Amino acid sequence: MDLFEELREKFPLLVRAVQAPLEVVQNQVCIGLIGPDVGPLAEHLHSAYESRLVAVFAEDRVEAEGVFYNYYVFEQLAEPCYVILQAPISVHRPRFPSLAAALPAVNWQEREIQDWFGLQATGHPNPRRVALHDNWPGVHPLRKSFPLRQILPPFEGERHVYRPTLGEGVFQIPVGPVHAGIIEPGHLNFAVAGEPILYLQLRMFYTHKGTEKLFEDMPIHRAVFLAESISGDSAFSHGTAFCQAIESAAATEVPPRARVMRTILLELERVCNHIGDIGAIAADVGFMVANAHASRLREIVVRLNESLTGSRWLRGMVCVGGVRREWSAAQRDLLHDTVNQVEREFDSLVALVQSSDSTRDRLEHTGILRPETAKVLGIVGVAGRASGVDLDVRRDHPYAAYGRYPFRVPVYRAGDVLHRMLVRVDEVKESFAILRAAANDLPKGPHCAPTQPVPPGRCALSAVEGWRGEILHWVRTTDGNRLERCKIKDPSVNNWAAIVEAVQGNIIADFPVINKSFNLSYSGTDR
Amino acid sequence: MFKILQKTFTTGIATVAYPDVPAVVSGHFRGRPEFDFHSWSDARPAAEVCPTGAIQLSGDDRVRRVRVDYGLCVFCGQCADASADGAVRVTTEFELATHHRASLMLEASYSLNADGTHQRLIAESEAEVTAEEAGGKVREAIRDTLGRSLAIRQVDAGSCNGCELEIVALNNPIHDIERFGIHFVASPRHADMLLVTGPVTRNMELALLKTYAATPDPKVIVAVGACGISGGIFGTNYASRGGVDSTIPVDVYIPGCPPRPEAMLYGILLAVGRLAEKVR
Repeated sequence: MDLFEELREKFPLLVRAVQAPLEVVQNQVCIGLIGPDVGPLAEHLHSAYESRLVAVFAEDRVEAEGVFYNYYVFEQLAEPCYVILQAPISVHRPRFPSLAAALPAVNWQEREIQDWFGLQATGHPNPRRVALHDNWPGVHPLRKSFPLRQILPPFEGERHVYRPTLGEGVFQIPVGPVHAGIIEPGHLNFAVAGEPILYLQLRMFYTHKGTEKLFEDMPIHRAVFLAESISGDSAFSHGTAFCQAIESAAATEVPPRARVMRTILLELERVCNHIGDIGAIAADVGFMVANAHASRLREIVVRLNESLTGSRWLRGMVCVGGVRREWSAAQRDLLHDTVNQVEREFDSLVALVQSSDSTRDRLEHTGILRPETAKVLGIVGVAGRASGVDLDVRRDHPYAAYGRYPFRVPVYRAGDVLHRMLVRVDEVKESFAILRAAANDLPKGPHCAPTQPVPPGRCALSAVEGWRGEILHWVRTTDGNRLERCKIKDPSVNNWAAIVEAVQGNIIADFPVINKSFNLSYSGTDR
Repeated sequence: MFKILQKTFTTGIATVAYPDVPAVVSGHFRGRPEFDFHSWSDARPAAEVCPTGAIQLSGDDRVRRVRVDYGLCVFCGQCADASADGAVRVTTEFELATHHRASLMLEASYSLNADGTHQRLIAESEAEVTAEEAGGKVREAIRDTLGRSLAIRQVDAGSCNGCELEIVALNNPIHDIERFGIHFVASPRHADMLLVTGPVTRNMELALLKTYAATPDPKVIVAVGACGISGGIFGTNYASRGGVDSTIPVDVYIPGCPPRPEAMLYGILLAVGRLAEKVR
């Protein structure tokens, strides 16, 4: 019995008798619900299939169908697929039952729906605004009736009130949004008792720039570049996730050569960011020499990126249907030689970092995220794998050419800064193996499939394991080679909660290195 | 300790000598697209594919005005791919920083054939630059005050983090900006220059204004990247104010998406009047 029939039998009052009228894409099951109540199904999917709730988002279909939809994307690993529950929400009763109390992983995502669409998450333990700051006027920008270019009046009213820090010798340290280093903006509000951190309150969305709404405003061939600007260090991963969603919606077959080229570039993105992070972690505990070598090594990879794509950060290369440019024999030789060179130097860099006892002393047992906590909070990617969460989209739902190359997914359970660094070290080594295998195995044939305008009314979900973790793009197409909705989920959205947990009880001086060991994307979170 | 020293000595000096010697740039690097307005037979395909509207067309069915804005350009090279006649060519030029927003714009007008292709180039101009003289004196003062040692505060006013990657790279041993006596500081109160990235988001506007107010005079403001110059692909919308100069006055604009470290360095040296001594 397939999943739809089973759910229909178990929950006849909740599941619609007919399959959701959405194009069914390979490895994706979409199930239409009768109303917004998704709780019992979520519980069943969780207990019977160990499904993981990956993303929650909404869509304004008031004009077309007279309702809003909430989408709940579950991942199943036994028979790898994504199950998408589509729950209609009436215009007249714009609310839905919150799952956040049972599933803290959706805390921010449900509040985003409140802010963007004006749909109320009833029973949410902390229903305050998250994406639009408290002093925004009462607008809901992702509603279709809200014009993108509208200039809003200046801020007024109360700004965010943080939980007070009270008690003798207990005080508050507000940090940001403009930080001391060269990093992205966000506000961190620490409560400290002497040196140790009692708790941390975060305020994000300072870099919110209307990205999801902008996707609805441009033709797909332009939107690829917008996808590359979601998070600058993951330009190729986000670009690929976006293109895969479009290819899936249009049933475009990406040629094998393009798949292998994408795999190579995705791994180069991983390598250069991981090497940068290893250096930055060393720098944050004062080991500047290691950082100098790491950043020198990163520069070698970045220059290779430029030789392969014309951009140091891999921009302007991915396109719907494949990749934009072919590689010459000289470029392929350079790839080969550079991978060998960087691999040699990387081993020596790792030996250098590990030779320092004082560095190890600072990293070990610092910023611990326990596996149980990581699981409950839905932590993904590097941070998850350092805390026992054995997930990797490349292995679990192979895309590009990942099915062709065996690789190991490193998983640790210690969950401290050291192990988040070690996950990176192990992954870089695996990446070298993938890179070498892929470079020697470049299939013949075109680097890009011919593309036609995308048919309207198609929905598709795409997942990519960016270097940080699981990136999701969901699209609904419309007329004129455009999108009606594009939902982006960067792994950072979930993982901020991990930082809040990991810093507790640590001294404030260790915050920078704990933060760096996660290295989350503000822009990817804020969009 | 011995291992650390040994690694350092075997590595040797990694720093490049730019701008004393030209930058090492891959032939595949996409820098400034060059427009041969005389031989360009049709601007429409390029304007159609441009992701940010850096190529704008106006006019009627007899005359077409084309405006190219390097301040919006993300250097994707699609305009060159789309122009079959080879009149648009991607070069590896990256030293595009300028004091004047207007000098990033090119304009051309064409009379048109019946099918909308270009018949003849009527006029070609770089947009006019004004107030060059007036700015000159102030700039001299800036060079005298800030030219020898410069403290920079970087402000991300809403960037995607792409520009930050390259600003961080300015501090690596390859580009090593400290060889010019230039360093990044933790507070605007210690800074002579604000290096501002991103479209200014509505949520960062106040923080940017406060950072500007906290920076002592004389100060220099540099807008980095397509987004910092013009709002880039994000433009102006309910959450974005557009370029940095929508919120605070800007002295130098550095095009790129993101600008490579050498382009960044070129712009910073231009802003403090030190280019003349470096680039001949």
